[in-house]
Amino acid sequence: MNSLYYQKRSSRNIVDKFFTSLSVICALIAILPLIFLVTYILIKGGSQITPELFTLEPNPPGDDLDAGGINPALIGTLIITTIASIIAIPVGVGGGIYLAEYSKGGAFSRFIRFGVNVLAGVPSIIAGVFIYALIVSTKILFGSMYSGLAGGMALSILMLPTVIKTTDEGLKLVPNELRYASLGVGASMYTTILKVTLPSAFRSIATGVVLGIARAAGETAPLIFTALFSYYYITGFGDLFYEMGSLAVLIYNFALEPYDAQNKLAWAASFILVLSILSVNIFSRILAAFTEKTKRV
Amino acid sequence: MEEKLTLFKNRKRFGIEKNIDIIFKNTALVLSSFVAIILLGIILVVFFQSFESFSRYGLKFLVTSEWNPVKDEYGAFTAIYGTLVTSFLSLLITIPLGVGTAIFITEDFVPKVFREIIGSFVELLAAIPSVVLGLWAIFVMEPFFRAFFVFLHNFFGWIPLFSTEPTGRNSLLAILILVVMLLPIVTSIARDSLNQVPKKLRNAAYGIGASRWKTIFSVILPAALSGIMAGVLLALGRAMGETMAVTMIIGNSNAFSWSLLSPGYTISSMLANQFGEADGSQVSSLFYAAFVLMILSLVVNIFAQWLVKKFSLKY
Repeated sequence: MNSLYYQKRSSRNIVDKFFTSLSVICALIAILPLIFLVTYILIKGGSQITPELFTLEPNPPGDDLDAGGINPALIGTLIITTIASIIAIPVGVGGGIYLAEYSKGGAFSRFIRFGVNVLAGVPSIIAGVFIYALIVSTKILFGSMYSGLAGGMALSILMLPTVIKTTDEGLKLVPNELRYASLGVGASMYTTILKVTLPSAFRSIATGVVLGIARAAGETAPLIFTALFSYYYITGFGDLFYEMGSLAVLIYNFALEPYDAQNKLAWAASFILVLSILSVNIFSRILAAFTEKTKRV
Repeated sequence: MEEKLTLFKNRKRFGIEKNIDIIFKNTALVLSSFVAIILLGIILVVFFQSFESFSRYGLKFLVTSEWNPVKDEYGAFTAIYGTLVTSFLSLLITIPLGVGTAIFITEDFVPKVFREIIGSFVELLAAIPSVVLGLWAIFVMEPFFRAFFVFLHNFFGWIPLFSTEPTGRNSLLAILILVVMLLPIVTSIARDSLNQVPKKLRNAAYGIGASRWKTIFSVILPAALSGIMAGVLLALGRAMGETMAVTMIIGNSNAFSWSLLSPGYTISSMLANQFGEADGSQVSSLFYAAFVLMILSLVVNIFAQWLVKKFSLKY
């Protein structure tokens, strides 16, 4: 009769309790660093934010108490990420279209999908090494060595697999009936893709691409010897061919400086970088959840 | 009737439209092959740039730890050892933590809302740039753990791993910051593969009287093992290639030491530190080190993909 009731002391229940608490502890350890990290960055970085930060050049490190601002790095990050997007999005979306719409699962498309996964796993610093060998050391871009353009190219290599993968997967989710209907009324293949399948997969592709851009904006390793760093304002188009600062490299350089003023600037830059990346992430998550809900209805 | 038939027969696409269609398809084809071109380009370029160093030092490069630009002697053993040790040890800590968290998220210990919040929190951690983690490690983690490291050295100093006096940045800190970076990867992949295990299996196990954790250990984890393994391998690849956070906290010293409490080096931190200023045969040696790193991460990644394909769940 006793065995019909829950027994607190039976070994199986004790073992169960033990492992349950163990997994709770694991979850706590996993999220505690995040909470610490985010609050620390928001408090420490947020307290450094001043209007001048966005308009001034950083002062060269020294005993100088005033570190200046991060304007060139902020603009530089925007420019370099834009260059990377301009290269990676057309190539990636085009490649994704081929994989999802044209390929018939043959050896070529399997090889490309495999290549996409392998490229996604290539360490980011290798992308920098590659662009250094190909563009910086050969001075192939009109004789300029380190340049914002080279940095953008290095970042585009990191963005490419993400863009292809999201396009491929987004297009695969589009129901085949839409394609049949479009082809059935006499539309050609490219009209079908451009007017029917691509628009209906637009939101999922856009979400993936935006997340890819956000990730690229925080990448440092590919930039430290392609775009290098610059203390000076970006004034015109010609600056693309010279060293260009970025928030990520600014954080790296100034974190290692022994001076407090520069360290504070690094914290402020981290605040801006983390805040923008996290808000992009949260926004696209909400958008994705919202789309899912409307689809179910 | 006659007229209609000829109309039907003549309904062909215009030449221009046909050509556009063909051009569109071929453009997409060319764009998709860019991936392969870039991948092969990376491998070839890094290989040929490292050729000078490769022909001079051969495989000796992998086992000597002399790195002396003045004497022109190069060997990357310290960096290779550092890469392997930091990535494997950090993975050793991450696996139980990550899988434990994934189990917590997929079981119903707390209401679903909380579990989803924790899940997306952990995923957000993956979005934080590694250079920011490095900054945090320098100014928050290092002071936080300093006393603990002294304790480790005082009580476990007889173990070679803790045999040096802790002085600021060291390999153990790099391992800890890697844990923070790998945790989201392992957790989210483990969670996905645990979620894919069909409910039937769980119900069957409960039906024959297995307790919750008996079910998890004997039924659910084995069924999700291949996915978890693939996630672990992806995390290993990431750990080996991770650059910024590790470079900022590992101390960057080429002097070889068994101790985790002394400054170390990894291949990627060596590249990050020296590439900008290197010239002559040092560049070639750095390319050689980069080639080693690339081969390591390629092998791990390809093995992970093979594992997914071979053992993916077939329910």
